[in-house]
Amino acid sequence: MAEPKKLAIIASQGTLDWAYPPFILASSAAAMDMEAVIFFTFYGLPLLKKEIDAKVSPHSNPAMPMKMPFGSKEFQNFNWPIPNFVSGNVPGFDSMATMLMKETFKKKGVATVEQLRGMCQEFGVRFIACQMTMEVFGFEKEEFIDGVEYGGAAMFLEYAADANISLFI
Amino acid sequence: MSEIASNAELNCQGLNCPLPILKTKKAVDGMQAGEVLKVTATDPGSVNDMPSWAKRTGNELIEHSEQGGVHTFYIRKK
Repeated sequence: MAEPKKLAIIASQGTLDWAYPPFILASSAAAMDMEAVIFFTFYGLPLLKKEIDAKVSPHSNPAMPMKMPFGSKEFQNFNWPIPNFVSGNVPGFDSMATMLMKETFKKKGVATVEQLRGMCQEFGVRFIACQMTMEVFGFEKEEFIDGVEYGGAAMFLEYAADANISLFI
Repeated sequence: MSEIASNAELNCQGLNCPLPILKTKKAVDGMQAGEVLKVTATDPGSVNDMPSWAKRTGNELIEHSEQGGVHTFYIRKK
């Protein structure tokens, strides 16, 4: 068989919305018989923690639609205009927006981030944690899931040099 | 609509991208070469995703049909 295609992803964001693309693309690539590596760096690193506690922050996201996960279809499709002074100043607004997004995703049959991460591992996607970020932010290996490799820029680039697709997310 | 004989069935109704593809991959992995898998899905994205997946993996998409928003795919494992 021909050499499999290779996907190389850098996951640098740790919010709930940005947690999805690396795991969706890597698991799909593996399902399409490609090799896939995700390099977790900076704010992407917490996505390797045993419990993922990623949140969304509508305040810094003017394009993010605010939708309700319940009620009639019309009500659900309505985009709530939340002014910036509300999203930025109301205590617990991020937690509420996170809860709403999780509920909407669940209702629409979208997998959880944990589920997709598990399928990545099942399909043999390699996870590399940025050692430097671990030192800087004070993460310990014990906090992370099993099966993670540890390395730096060179380790990622060695793989990415032969990759067919390279993405920075 | 012709009824194609299948060796296994996979219900992905109500699931969204990329779950139908991931579950199809897992199901096909557990089958023998030449066997046919029947997949049903409601994800509109699966209409284009399934042929792309089949093309990339070399499995054959024998037929795709739609009835009342439910898509049915027949896939023969290579």
